[in-house]
Amino acid sequence: MGDYDIVVVGAGPAGTSTARWAAQNGARVLIIEKRQEIGSPVRCGEGISRSWLDSVDIRLDSKSVACEVKGAKLVAPNGTPFYLSEKMAGNEVGIVLDRVFFDKLLARYAIRAGADLRLKTSALGLIREGDRVVGVKARSFGETEEIRCGCVVGADGFESQVGRWAGIETSLAAKDITTCLQYRLTNIEQEHEYCQFYLGSVAPGGYVWMFPKDEETANVGLGVQLSRLNDPGEVKAYLDRFIESQPGLRKGRPLDIVSGAVSVCAPIDRTVGDGVLLVGDSARQIDPITGGGISNSCKAGKVAGETLANATREGDFSTKSLERYENGWRDLLEDHLYRNWMAKEKLVTLSDETFDKVIETLNEVGVEKMSTLAILKAVESRHPDLVKEFQELL
Amino acid sequence: MEQKGERLCADVGKCLHCGACVGSCPSNSMYLNEVVLEFGEECTLCKRCTKVCPVGAIMPKGACDDG
Ligand SMILES: Cc1cc2nc3c(=O)[nH]c(=O)nc-3n(C[C@H](O)[C@H](O)[C@H](O)COP(=O)(O)OP(=O)(O)OC[C@H]3O[C@@H](n4cnc5c(N)ncnc54)[C@H](O)[C@@H]3O)c2cc1C
Ligand code: SF4
Ligand code: SF4
Repeated sequence: MGDYDIVVVGAGPAGTSTARWAAQNGARVLIIEKRQEIGSPVRCGEGISRSWLDSVDIRLDSKSVACEVKGAKLVAPNGTPFYLSEKMAGNEVGIVLDRVFFDKLLARYAIRAGADLRLKTSALGLIREGDRVVGVKARSFGETEEIRCGCVVGADGFESQVGRWAGIETSLAAKDITTCLQYRLTNIEQEHEYCQFYLGSVAPGGYVWMFPKDEETANVGLGVQLSRLNDPGEVKAYLDRFIESQPGLRKGRPLDIVSGAVSVCAPIDRTVGDGVLLVGDSARQIDPITGGGISNSCKAGKVAGETLANATREGDFSTKSLERYENGWRDLLEDHLYRNWMAKEKLVTLSDETFDKVIETLNEVGVEKMSTLAILKAVESRHPDLVKEFQELL
Repeated sequence: MEQKGERLCADVGKCLHCGACVGSCPSNSMYLNEVVLEFGEECTLCKRCTKVCPVGAIMPKGACDDG
C-alpha cells in the first residue's frame, strides 16, 4: 500500500480537516498542495458565522479573525436597507476571517495530529488497478512520482479534477455556476459593523457582497450566474460599475484582486468510489444561496476523516466502506443544500421590483432568523403573492 | 496537425490562476499547473471557459499576450 493510507489532494479547509480527523484517529496521511503557501492567494470573501466552529473543534486565533460584525444588511435594488442583527441572524454572519492565517491554522491542526504535508506538489492523475484507485501521480518540485495509498481524497476545490479523473460526475450546468470577482478595497466609507449584501440586477443571478476587513477596508465582490453571461470579462465590468455607482466606494483602491467560481447546484449523486472520496467544493458541498462553503468543508471533512480512519483500521477502502461518509455528510447537509438549491432556482428569476417589495416587507414585519426560509415566511405573512413561486418550500 | 485545445489560450497579463474555468469545463480538458493554464485535446470549443473567466483572460490562440 505504500507509505500512506490516505493521500489528500488540496490543502484548503476540506483537505486539512479531512487529514486532521483521519490522522488523529490513527491513519497515515499525506496532504499534497500545488501552491507554495497554504491559504494564499486568498480566493474567498472570508465571511462565516461563528455557530458551527465548536462542532468541528476549531478555536480561532486572533490572526485568523480580521473583523467581527454585529449583523447583516440587505440592500434592495432601490437602495432601501434591511438590517439583521447577529442574534436575529441566527449567528449567521459573525466573523470576517483572514484566510491566509485561518487555512494555516487548520493545516497546523492536521500536522499536529500527525499528517504529513508537501507543498509545490500537484496531482496529475490517478493510479488505478481495475476500477480501484490505488494512488496518485504527482509532480513534486519538478519531479514526477507515483504515490500509492489506500484512498485518494479529492479536496481540490472548485476545479474538482480528482473526482472527474475517477469517473465521479462533478460537472456542472451553467445555471449552477456562479462566477465571481472581488477587490479588497481600502480607503472606503462603509458601515463596518455589518456584512452587506446588494440584491438584484447589480449581479444577475447572484449578489454583491461587502464584508469589512477593518474600518476603511472591505472585501467587495460579486457573483453572476454563468447562464446570464455572454461576453468575456463581463463579471469585472459588473463589479467596476457597482463600485463606481457607490459614493462611499468610488475613492477606494484595491489591495488584492480575487477571482473564482462557486457551484450553486443540488447535491451530487455520489461522492465516493473504490479508493476515492471527494470533500468540500470538489464534492459541490457549497450552499447554493450564499455561495459559502467554508463551514460545510470543515463539517464534511470531519466526517470524511473519521470514516477514513475507520477504513484504515479495517483495511477496506471500497465504496461500501466509504459509504459511512456518503451517508454521514448527507445526514448533516443534504436537506439544507437541496432546499437552498430549490430556493435559488426561484430567487434568480425575481425582478428588481420584487426584491424592492421583499425588502420593504421585511422592514414592516421583521424576521427572526437569517435563513432563506425565515425570510420567505416573513414575506408570506404580508404578501403571499410575492412568494407564491416558493410555495412548495414553505 | 493543429489540436483543438491549442486554439485557445489564457492571456498571462490577465489570468489570476483561479481555476474557475477548469472547474467549469464540461470536457475536463484544462489543467491549471499552479500559475500556467494548459488546454488539452478533449476541448470541444464550446467557449464556456471564455464566459466563465471573470476577467476575460481566455481568448483565441494568437490573441493572447504571450499566448
Ligand atoms: C470569490 C469567492 C468568494 C467566496 N466567499 C466565501 C465566503 O465569504 N464564505 C464562505 O464560507 N465561502 C466562500 N467561498 C467559498 C469558499 O472559498 C470555499 O467553499 C472553500 O475554500 C472550500 O474549501 P476547499 O478546501 O473545498 O477548497 P479550496 O479552499 O479551494 O482548496 C483547494 C486546494 O486544492 C489545491 N489543488 C487543486 N488542484 C490540485 C492538484 N491537482 N494538486 C494539488 N493541489 C491541488 C488548490 O491549490 C487549493 O489550495 C467563496 C468562494 C469564492 C470563489
Ligand atoms: S472551450 Fe469548452 S471544452 Fe474547450 S477548454 Fe473551454 S470550456 Fe473546455
Ligand atoms: S478563469 Fe480566467 S483568471 Fe481564472 S484561471 Fe481561468 S483564465 Fe485564469
